[in-house]
Amino acid sequence: MNIYNREVKNRLKSAIIWSVSIFLLIVFFMAFYTGFAADETIWEMVLENYPQELLQAMGMTGVNMATVIGYFTMCMLFAQICLAVQASQYGFSSLSEEERDMTADFLLTKPIKRSKVFFSKLFAALTGLIITNAMVWATTFLCLRFFTGDHEYDPAMFVKMLSVLILFQLFFLGVGMVISVSVKKIKSALSYSMGLAFGMYIISTVGSIVGENTLAYITPFKYFELNTLILEGSFDPVMIIICAAVVVVSLTVGYILYNKRNIRTAS
Amino acid sequence: MSIIEITKLTKFYGKNRGIEDVSLSVNEGEIFGFIGPNGAGKSTTIRLMLSLIYPTSGSATIFGKDCIKFGHEIRNDIGYLPSEVFYYDKMKVKDLLKYSASFYKGNHNKRIKELADIMELDLNRKIDELSYGNKKKVGIVQGLLHQPKLIMLDEPTSGLDPLMQHKFFDLILEENKKGATVFFSSHILGEVQKLCNRVAIIRDGHIVKIEDIKTLRKDTYKKVYVRTEKNAGDAAKFPGVSNLEIIDGEIRFLYKGDINDLLGLVAKNQVIDINIEEPTLEEVFMHYYQ
Repeated sequence: MNIYNREVKNRLKSAIIWSVSIFLLIVFFMAFYTGFAADETIWEMVLENYPQELLQAMGMTGVNMATVIGYFTMCMLFAQICLAVQASQYGFSSLSEEERDMTADFLLTKPIKRSKVFFSKLFAALTGLIITNAMVWATTFLCLRFFTGDHEYDPAMFVKMLSVLILFQLFFLGVGMVISVSVKKIKSALSYSMGLAFGMYIISTVGSIVGENTLAYITPFKYFELNTLILEGSFDPVMIIICAAVVVVSLTVGYILYNKRNIRTAS
Repeated sequence: MSIIEITKLTKFYGKNRGIEDVSLSVNEGEIFGFIGPNGAGKSTTIRLMLSLIYPTSGSATIFGKDCIKFGHEIRNDIGYLPSEVFYYDKMKVKDLLKYSASFYKGNHNKRIKELADIMELDLNRKIDELSYGNKKKVGIVQGLLHQPKLIMLDEPTSGLDPLMQHKFFDLILEENKKGATVFFSSHILGEVQKLCNRVAIIRDGHIVKIEDIKTLRKDTYKKVYVRTEKNAGDAAKFPGVSNLEIIDGEIRFLYKGDINDLLGLVAKNQVIDINIEEPTLEEVFMHYYQ
């Protein structure tokens, strides 16, 4: 437990900052909902004048933005990007921390197996993600309660939308971890995580614009595309299975590589 | 019983050589010196024993157990002080040492306090406020707090002032008296000579020699510079003298043998100035390469 405890302590501040940021993001967005919905026709005219590609890129096609869930998908997209950066950050930094800060000679010479270090770090990162997830859930339902006026919505759809977020984050955590133990050294976890998170987002938007469906298989922004949920009532189960498979494979490979890894010296 | 047994241990980093065919054994209760210039493979050998890195071929056992398979068990009884110390910057010294102690069975608070007192280490400071020397002290305390049976030191004295070095050596000798085996890696011949019973010399990844320290000392050359009134060029014929040069009337040579014989020879001449030096480590190595 000692490694886990230290890691969680280390992560706590970051998890809280992410939680608060996402809280503010959702609240800020949703506070304007009733105003937005009241001027529905005006907005529709505004949106009609936007180029179709932009709307596709923002995932705003085929969805009535005046409904609660339609409007919510807009802010959820931003929240997803934040959650992707957070999870990637944990993925890239967890296992590489010891080598970057050169504390490997301390931790890995203790009487413990590498596997214990791996799982302690994995669960600590997961704890950070769960804290943030809990915050997203709480914020969402608070906003639905207070900012929707007399507009109707189906809470089950929101539950569906929120319950895949942890899997969405695990994708970035797992991929981050496996990359971090595949490369020689991660100098700055932040640049890698920005790259992964925004890279995946960009692939997803490009895919939407050009209507290329094969791209959908590599980016979790596509696995859990909110429009699909709204239009079809659920996410594509194949995509969920693919995402889960990527998570399992990347964590397994990450585990094996970490166990075999030659730890670099300080000098 | 041998505490460390290394057999044909080889490590390549890609195409770069770390160490090659290193074999040695360290007996229980011994202070074993491991000496060689920078980049010779000293740290590589130690890191292989701690399974921070994995060998290309060969094997190492400690306490009779394989270093890789039983690494986590073996490390219960190893105290390790790396050559460069880095710790979690945000932690306080006290918390770091407690964290370190939490990996070993038993309560080590008393020992932490004792060691910190000896090394004059302030437990309430934050790691990132510490000077390099003070971090090294943290390293010493965390390496010794669980009373390990095997102490591995990788160039332990860099960054410590002479007074602290002295205290540190006393600590090590005391642990050794209590039964701890010490593996002492260094590039400073003097400190190895002071402490060790036996020494292995490593160069370019290969063990050049494993020798009793007394034999090594007898074997090593002295560098002698003498300025005499008259020409004393016949010194070249004296047994044990080699590499004789005369530069500006100063006779320079290497001497190997009983120092009394040399002094007897020197005393026969009218000496203006004399200087007898320990050879540098490089020169000792050169000797082993000839």
